[in-house]
Amino acid sequence: MTKLNSKIPEGHISEKWTHYRSNQNLVNPANKRKLDIIVVGTGLAGASAAASLGELGFNVKVFCIQDSPRRAHSIAAQGGINAAKNYPNDGDSIFRLFYDTVKGGDYRAREANVYRLAEVSNSIIDQCVAQGVPFAREYGGLLDNRSFGGALVSRTFYARGQTGQQLLLGAYGALSKEVAHGSVEMYTREEMQELVIIDGRARGIITRDNVTGELKRYFGHAVVLASGGYGNVFFLSTNAMNSNGSAAFRCYKQGALFGNPCFTQIHPTCIPVHGDYQSKLTLMSESLRNDGRIWVPKKKEDAQKIQKGELKPTEIDEEDRDYYLERRYPAFGNLVPRDVASRAAKERCDAGFGVGPTGLAVYLDFEDAIKRLGRDVIEARYGNLFQMYEKIVDENPYETPMMIYPAVHYTMGGLWVDYELQTTITGLFSAGEANFSDHGANRLGASALMQGLSDGYFVLPYTMQNYLADQIKVPRISTDENAFEEAEKRARERLEKLMAVKGSQSTDDFHKKLGLIMWENVGMDRNKEDLTKAIEQIRNLREEFWKDVKIPGEIDGLNPELEKAARLADYLELGELMAHDALQREESCGGHFREEHQTDEGEALRDDKKFSFVSCWEYKGEGEKPEMHKEDLNFEFVEVKQRSYK
Amino acid sequence: MNFTLKIWRQKDAKSKGKFEKYSISDISPDCSFLEMLDILNEQLVARGEEPVAFDHDCREGICGTCSLYINGRPHGPDDAITTCQVHMRRFKDGDTIVIEPWRAKPFSVIKDLIVNRNAFDKIIQAGGFISVDTGGIPDANAIPIRKEKADQSMDAASCIGCGACVAACKNASAMLFVAAKVSQFALLPQGRIEAKERVQKMVAKMDELGFGNCTNTYACEAECPKEISVEHIARMNREFFGAKVGGRKNIKK
Ligand SMILES: Cc1cc2nc3c(=O)[nH]c(=O)nc-3n(C[C@H](O)[C@H](O)[C@H](O)COP(=O)(O)OP(=O)(O)OC[C@H]3O[C@@H](n4cnc5c(N)ncnc54)[C@H](O)[C@@H]3O)c2cc1C
Ligand code: FES
Repeated sequence: MTKLNSKIPEGHISEKWTHYRSNQNLVNPANKRKLDIIVVGTGLAGASAAASLGELGFNVKVFCIQDSPRRAHSIAAQGGINAAKNYPNDGDSIFRLFYDTVKGGDYRAREANVYRLAEVSNSIIDQCVAQGVPFAREYGGLLDNRSFGGALVSRTFYARGQTGQQLLLGAYGALSKEVAHGSVEMYTREEMQELVIIDGRARGIITRDNVTGELKRYFGHAVVLASGGYGNVFFLSTNAMNSNGSAAFRCYKQGALFGNPCFTQIHPTCIPVHGDYQSKLTLMSESLRNDGRIWVPKKKEDAQKIQKGELKPTEIDEEDRDYYLERRYPAFGNLVPRDVASRAAKERCDAGFGVGPTGLAVYLDFEDAIKRLGRDVIEARYGNLFQMYEKIVDENPYETPMMIYPAVHYTMGGLWVDYELQTTITGLFSAGEANFSDHGANRLGASALMQGLSDGYFVLPYTMQNYLADQIKVPRISTDENAFEEAEKRARERLEKLMAVKGSQSTDDFHKKLGLIMWENVGMDRNKEDLTKAIEQIRNLREEFWKDVKIPGEIDGLNPELEKAARLADYLELGELMAHDALQREESCGGHFREEHQTDEGEALRDDKKFSFVSCWEYKGEGEKPEMHKEDLNFEFVEVKQRSYK
Repeated sequence: MNFTLKIWRQKDAKSKGKFEKYSISDISPDCSFLEMLDILNEQLVARGEEPVAFDHDCREGICGTCSLYINGRPHGPDDAITTCQVHMRRFKDGDTIVIEPWRAKPFSVIKDLIVNRNAFDKIIQAGGFISVDTGGIPDANAIPIRKEKADQSMDAASCIGCGACVAACKNASAMLFVAAKVSQFALLPQGRIEAKERVQKMVAKMDELGFGNCTNTYACEAECPKEISVEHIARMNREFFGAKVGGRKNIKK
């Protein structure tokens, strides 16, 4: 059995990171250029890691699927990034950010990692400003902050509704600088297929050049996986179309443990589904909840009339509206964390109070805010979001309330990593959304950007040196070695097998079916019966896929259908893993809601005695049930309580 | 809704391309343009034909991956949006829609509607950044910046690098793209230090990569999905000529 060692440094929580850095091994500057590092991904995590490692003098190769590193999915993040600067003087501190993040994650994250995240958060803002990221400012010239769901302080920095874009372009600039210096080599439109392991250590990757179809081999003394999240297992999500879980999943198949696969974030404010041809869902930033009020009609008759188009929301009187978040959670109101807001919306819709033609929507209303602050202020704050909404839905949100519904948004699960962000495969590190680390069972708004950049700018450049310090003894290994040969063969055989099926249904047909199984059974609420059924259904679907998928075109050359099919093949296994994980976790926590485990008021009911652990899954071979290991979570510095936002 | 589509098909960079005609029916007006292409591709797959290759990723107008010349306009009939944000309600039932890749010498066709835009990365690598390394940075609020300047800088920084400006320009000039980056930094105190070298290196690289000259037709501004203003080109020109007069000489390409 794999032994899990989270390598948490000794000492008080506020000293662990300092202590670690003071005692870790470092690589002699003259030796750095003799060490090769492979980074998979150019999102916030990958780009910042590659740039920072390049600056230190390592020889870095970095890969992405898109035609340019600047297009990684991080670009789409809207709302903002947290930091404990306490500029507004409203009582924030590193400890409070740490505390809120642990609590927000429903006490299923590792304390030491989260504290470090809060600790370096301030440096991220300094770094980004120095790079020329045009964050929003006040008239006095200083940086502006806003509040985000689940926090009582304003600690979120933002650049209009395009924070992810600006942060990513900052990291892309740093990356471009290093490419120009020659310390980083950039490979675009190249998709990692396999991890190469030699003597138990990660030593390289096999990629597919998605333009020519050629398989290529690359050596590295260490490999960083920053390949993003796997929300697209649900087919419909807010993730970009090319986001995928394959790179991480293939490392899992080579022995890396997968942490908390079932922890999925369903975001409360997305544009509702409008038709079966729909390809993805659009997020409306959570910041909208700062000024928008969420409601549904109090009377079922009204809801039904609205659904049939016989009544307009603006025709419903104030006393006939149910501001259900304000009613249920007076302390946090519309600003409760995402999991709570999502479930509350679903509860109302399931009870028949939903609006819109499908009844699967609730209102997000700015009428009061416009009255209170004026249209100008609302426009300045959310103009681009309102415009985006209007383009998609063809309704003007200044005049009629927006309609929103929860959608899959983020995956807290991912490759298990220790304090150093190293997976259970020595020399394989993982950063950003691809790892399982800091968000526990629910991620608070504006904390993914913080984590990605923390991992890349401020954590990996240290912790990887601790590993690499003695790797200087290892000369560059030739890619003609057997291990490369074998890994390439695995990749080629998988692609050939897919092409050889020559069935009758398209990849998207299968993906939509998988998405539906996942959404209905492994989605917002889960129970034993549905999960057991889902495992069976996914297995059958997987079998059908391998008999009947139809991939036109050729294996050589650009073939988007083949790319999609190869990623779906992994989702068809990952989906099952998620269901196993959700099934074993006989409690509700954060985004994981088991119907069997709830309070009388319908809130998530944790079972800390039995489930205060990270579930870490080990691959056991095709068709075999994976084996679960546990990393026990010990809370020394925060008191574990029932989360309350009332 | 029903449409006739005339789509540019080209096997690879070396092959010659041509238009193919397809008809497509029962499209919902709420369907997005790219979802309409998804539906076409599903039908092509079902018929055993190769689907139309096109670039896309975020499908919400921010990543700059989607492109397409639709009825002679980059990103289609509407101002200030990307192709992925166009909805079919924007067209008339029965319309013929012509779909082409970006046409510009520095952007070669890879397949069908996909082009190679690596040249943009090369221009940024030439100097489109501020040369700070990670760590050891003073507090973010150490230098106050006028809100107005920060906002203008943000306007410029909104560029998504899609290449519509180049595709729209009869000279295939990348001036608006380059100017947006130069201007973003020129407006900020952090970026002033290297301003002269930056503009010279980026312009030199743009020329080297075969982008044409700017003859002030402003087609770029008109077609920019993010409404980046040509004022940034004026600012860049000031930077550029200022650099020539007072700047360092012998900037390496
Ligand atoms: C619409 C939206 C809005 C969001 N808003 C916010 C917000 O306001 N605040 C916040 O904190 N978080 C937000 N998030 C979450 C946050 O954006 C993401 O979690 C984060 O950006 C992930 O960054 P990353 O670097 O881990 O991965 P990504 O940005 O997803 O990058 C993954 C990279 O890996 C590459 N890759 C993947 N597989 C392979 C492979 N096999 N081979 C080679 N390369 C590969 C990709 O090409 C890409 O470069 C939002 C998310 C969405 C969907
Ligand atoms: S697909 Fe991202 S901008 Fe269109």
